[in-house]
Amino acid sequence: MRIGLDIGSTTIKAVVLDTADNIIFKSYERHYSQITQKTAELLSRIQQEVTLNQPVQLTISGSAGMGMADSCGIPFVQEVYATRISANRLLPGTDAIIELGGEDAKILFLQGGMEVRMNGSCAGGTGAFIDQMATLLNVTPDEMNALAAEHEKIYTIASRCGVFAKTDIQPLLNQGARKNDVAASIFYAVVNQTIAGLAQGRPIAGKVLYLGGPLTFLSQLRESFDKTLKLTGTCPENSLYYVALGAAYCATETVDLSAALEKLANYQASGDFAYIEPLFQNEGEYMEFAERHAKASVPTGTLQDYKQGVFIGIDAGSTTVKTVVLGQDGNLLYSKYQSNSGNPVPLIKAFFEELYTLYPNIKIVSGAVTGYGEDIIKNAFCIDYGIVETVAHFTAAKQFMPSVDFVIDIGGQDIKCFKIHNGTVDNIYLNEACSSGCGSFLQTFAGAMGYSIADFAQKGLFADKPVDLGSRCTVFMNSSVKQAQKDGASTENISAGLSISVVKNALYKVIRPSSTEELGKHIVVQGGTFYNDAVLRAFEKELGLEVVRPDIAGLMGAYGAALYAQSQYRPDNAPTTILTAADLASFTHEVRVINCGLCPNNCRLTVNSFAGTRKFISGNRCERPVTNKKADDSLNLYQFKLHLLQSYTPVPGTKGKIGLPFGLNMYELLPFWHRFFSMLGFEVVTSPLSSRKLYLKGQATIPSDTVCFPAKLMHGHVEALIDMGVDTIFYPCMSYNIDEHISDNCYNCPVVAYYPEVLDANMPHLSGIKYIHDYVGLHREKDVPRKLYEMMQRHFEGQFTLTQIKHATKAAYEEYHSYMAKIQAEGDSIVAAAQADGKPIVVLAGRPYHVDPEINHGIDTLIAGFGVAVVSEDVIGSHVHEKLQVHVLNQWTYHSRLYAAAQYIAGHPNMNLVQLVSFGCGCDAITTDECREILEREGKIYTQIKIDEITNLGAVKIRLRSLFAATQGDDTRKL
Amino acid sequence: MAKKENDRVIFTKEMKKTHTLLAPSMAPIHFGIVQNVFRSCGYKMEFLTNSGPQIAQEGLKYVHNDTCYPALLVIGQMIDALNSGKYDINKVALMITQTGGGCRASNYIHLLRKALKKAGYGLVPVVSLNMSGLESNPGFKLTLPMLRKIIAGIVYGDELMLLSNQVRPYEAVAGETDRLLSGWINKISTTFDANKGFTVRHMLPTLEAIAADFAKIPVNRTPKIRVGVVGEIYVKYASLGNNNLEDFLRQQGCEYMVPGIMGFALFKVDNRLEDCKLYGGNPAKYALCSILMQYLTKMETGLIEAVKKYPQFVCPSPYQHIKSLVKGVVGYGSKMGEGWLLTAEMMELSETGYPNIVCTQPFGCLPNHINGKGMIRKIKTVDPRANIVPIDYDPSATRVNQENRIKLMLAVAKEELDAQPFASAVTVPPVIIDDVVTV
Repeated sequence: MRIGLDIGSTTIKAVVLDTADNIIFKSYERHYSQITQKTAELLSRIQQEVTLNQPVQLTISGSAGMGMADSCGIPFVQEVYATRISANRLLPGTDAIIELGGEDAKILFLQGGMEVRMNGSCAGGTGAFIDQMATLLNVTPDEMNALAAEHEKIYTIASRCGVFAKTDIQPLLNQGARKNDVAASIFYAVVNQTIAGLAQGRPIAGKVLYLGGPLTFLSQLRESFDKTLKLTGTCPENSLYYVALGAAYCATETVDLSAALEKLANYQASGDFAYIEPLFQNEGEYMEFAERHAKASVPTGTLQDYKQGVFIGIDAGSTTVKTVVLGQDGNLLYSKYQSNSGNPVPLIKAFFEELYTLYPNIKIVSGAVTGYGEDIIKNAFCIDYGIVETVAHFTAAKQFMPSVDFVIDIGGQDIKCFKIHNGTVDNIYLNEACSSGCGSFLQTFAGAMGYSIADFAQKGLFADKPVDLGSRCTVFMNSSVKQAQKDGASTENISAGLSISVVKNALYKVIRPSSTEELGKHIVVQGGTFYNDAVLRAFEKELGLEVVRPDIAGLMGAYGAALYAQSQYRPDNAPTTILTAADLASFTHEVRVINCGLCPNNCRLTVNSFAGTRKFISGNRCERPVTNKKADDSLNLYQFKLHLLQSYTPVPGTKGKIGLPFGLNMYELLPFWHRFFSMLGFEVVTSPLSSRKLYLKGQATIPSDTVCFPAKLMHGHVEALIDMGVDTIFYPCMSYNIDEHISDNCYNCPVVAYYPEVLDANMPHLSGIKYIHDYVGLHREKDVPRKLYEMMQRHFEGQFTLTQIKHATKAAYEEYHSYMAKIQAEGDSIVAAAQADGKPIVVLAGRPYHVDPEINHGIDTLIAGFGVAVVSEDVIGSHVHEKLQVHVLNQWTYHSRLYAAAQYIAGHPNMNLVQLVSFGCGCDAITTDECREILEREGKIYTQIKIDEITNLGAVKIRLRSLFAATQGDDTRKL
Repeated sequence: MAKKENDRVIFTKEMKKTHTLLAPSMAPIHFGIVQNVFRSCGYKMEFLTNSGPQIAQEGLKYVHNDTCYPALLVIGQMIDALNSGKYDINKVALMITQTGGGCRASNYIHLLRKALKKAGYGLVPVVSLNMSGLESNPGFKLTLPMLRKIIAGIVYGDELMLLSNQVRPYEAVAGETDRLLSGWINKISTTFDANKGFTVRHMLPTLEAIAADFAKIPVNRTPKIRVGVVGEIYVKYASLGNNNLEDFLRQQGCEYMVPGIMGFALFKVDNRLEDCKLYGGNPAKYALCSILMQYLTKMETGLIEAVKKYPQFVCPSPYQHIKSLVKGVVGYGSKMGEGWLLTAEMMELSETGYPNIVCTQPFGCLPNHINGKGMIRKIKTVDPRANIVPIDYDPSATRVNQENRIKLMLAVAKEELDAQPFASAVTVPPVIIDDVVTV
């Protein structure tokens, strides 16, 4: 008899084959990370019930079984390899296999050059991701499947990692999107992630198998794959056991089961994991710690028989909803902390109903709301004030420590920190999309290990050797934990390690102080995550100082909102607008999803109607669907640039069409190449403006899933050109950009420079057309005509003379300079107009291609919507004429403009810089630090917005509003 | 007292005598030889070998976390060394290379200075080791003899690495290869100390003697899976960067091959020639680089000729041949980081009998998106034997995941090995590469 074991990241699967290779036993169960123990249990069960001490051959497979197999001397076979063996045996002729597991996603191509693809170090698009999303929707994965079956619409959700997707999903839920549509969208996100990340240009076609847990259990996921791939895949019998079966088929070595069991029992994991010193040395230290923190408490009272007016504070957060009622003297009379199961509206409704029922005589003076759900709640219940989260938290923190100079709030989804200087919020750090999810991660992990969050955290307090898990994105931490478990770390030590990681993430990924003194001496910590004593202790230890944790750490947002409402109180204020008990009785809430259709963006809008009269629209990129007015672009240089570039339309010529993909550096060089080729008689066609659809068209050919989004879009642009019937595409490689003489060199970044090569190597459709991607050096203006002549000779032999090329080149440079001059002139006039009107100016700094609306997600119009003038870095940087002294090697043309712009802004009171950074842009790890340094040297605020495929602007809004709030009241940099 | 110029602490002439220069290590054989060159030229020089998880932690603490992984490690390693208490902070300087290409690596030195400032070591001088005239210090000068010794050291290092990698897995008496290896490192250093052994004329006999010595080691040639390692230069060579990849592959019973550093040096010089060809340029500069190219090529030829005499060794291909392999696959203008050489090395490995390849990619390495992951598909269409696995390295990537992926590659390799009954150390016959679409 042969036994195959498949020990995966979350489950353990076993099959036993008789001598005729019939399956006589199979089992599938979760191992809750107790791998050795579960394996031993399973094997002894097999021995007692199935094999009955007959000789057996045994092979182990699966990522979590590797170390154990090695140590116990049991043969091991890699799991993908095992899958292939079973597929070739059971279903010969299979072309491709898609297998999703707990943390792995794999595609196997079996025919014509076997290839296997596994996901990289990113867990997006796997079973763990689906579980995480189901938790977020507050349903089981099965229920999610049922929900998805009833969907009507698909939203765009990034599935690169759970954190990204959460950023997309949470606002959708908060804004009232239907769970059915969200559930289905999640499945499509998984499909897109799998195809984009793994297919890498190889078409998935023919006979396709679906294997693994998620694809076996979730019919809607299979359907999403079918629809996207335009085929019907099969989920075969035993689809969960292909790896285990493959392992069994490979088993040739007879293993003494009893001896193996003994070895397993003795399998003392090495105990060799990196650890940090314990949180508390002894019980006494903990007592002292607990006593100290008990002091930070808020005065309380009771609402019963409270005669005076009260103030309501609401914090509709991403995973929780917090509500408080404050009395005139600031006493906390009532509070509630609820988890937000996706839609905050019913929770708030219930809160008010409860309030009115229990305390019919309550006199509400006014109320304020903050948090992710601010807009919808304010609209739904006619709350008097809406304030940005940062302001709410600062207001609350001041109550506990008037001299507070630093506030850090770790919530379920996000980290918010701000520095306070001279009584105002001086600098804000919000976690970028890639490191959020700290609190909820701890929770998910506790759940995965079978504990409640409170018990789990408690366990870590007295851990003797907390595991050193580092400080990277929490999604990656799953595998670090797995490794620690393999090395024998106890739950206690893992719990403590995770708490310490949360702290390190906050400190070293979000705030990144150069020294702890930079944070200040007076720190208030808050947010639900700090209720966890282990996290609190880890934080104090890491900083080496004592901090204040209010007893209402989780309610601070709501408390701050209520305090804000109280501070706005004037005796002659109009009465509150908050819905009365009678209003609530007739309260209704309807949600519809429509396409806007007012402009080519065609945003998918979620329309909430309350009580039939009030409407709240979300999902919009501009105010047009709300106000019915077109956005005012007059002070928005991004729009000007876009329109100017779009004015380069094809001019029919004698030499046929030539296509230019409209992305990356084409965003600045289009005028050059358009003129050059038009002069030579080509009809110059550009690909359409980027869109989601265009991106999806090319995503299957992207070889590296961690390259930046602007680069990924190029695949779609090339596909679009081919679809337009263009048979010649021009997209040159350019190590060097045009030299603007403000930097030490004039390089492009490696991606901009060589992406044409990647397209050539990975896009099969290019093989049928003339794809010109020669190396061109526009920085050596004198050599350019000759070099371009050589290039044209290579591709259009004998069709052009050197003189023609010389003329075309001259004209092309002229066109380029005239284009740049127009941009400069418009930029200068916007700045002048804004200064004349006393309007604040935001320099939205990035690269030329950040003008692409699919890349910037409409952030420019969003800022303009605040009544702010928007210009780009180039027109500001050009006012700095000398070479800059920077602390980096200033060698990239685009980036040196950034430094120059930062330098200029630092000396100008009415301007602020907001830097757009694409996820995965390696260069920006250098530029962001330098820009921050230049600005902060002059006391300016540095704001960075990381963008990716994410389409929701909620988090961006918070950032911008915080910036505006921080700059108000400070004349030296009034915004 | 440390002098500052342009906000940068200068390494003065006096410091040459008083200060110990610390630099990150990379390829242990080469750097061992180069360390001795520095010492014999009057520098107190030490390549760091400290390791452990705290190094990445120090890096994360003081360097922007999205910076490429090698920067994080190298800077973390230096700060960890300063923290160790082993050195007098007032008597130590740091040294780091600066290539001056369009990749972020040219910025390491600036990142290091920023990190030192943050960590409270702002007064420790940092010396740039570059050949592009980027930064200079009065106390440090790459003299011509020193430079020639370093180049010669790299050539010797390449040969020693190449041969020891080919002999060690098969040696009949365990440890013999390493004994011979350290013997030769000492011998070469002594010769350098006597100001000899670095001209081409002097080198040829030594290169031959080395090959002869390694050929004498008794071996037992059971067929093993042959694995080549390519990638970003630091993670390719440094065990600190690649989680001891060499040890892992050795434990898995593989023969391990990593291309030499000379190829990279030739590539960097050749880039200047290519730049001139592609975009036009100064003829004088072109001529100068051509001379340097010829000089390096002579050494390369010497190495190849020495190894060629022993058919049991796989001989490295000449640079010009490696270069010819990528014609039509990727352009010679793709020069940032390891550039087209990375693609070429994969093709060369596959051609010389190492079709199983680990392509090491550190987190945040931009050129690797192009020439590593970006080219794998094309390489496979040109040479279907290639069995390449790209592995990501970053501070949180766990060994389990990396090893699991490598094991998959090895499983496929094993199948190939078993399918060839007479598979042995003899080179796999080269396949005819069909004409690929040329640009």
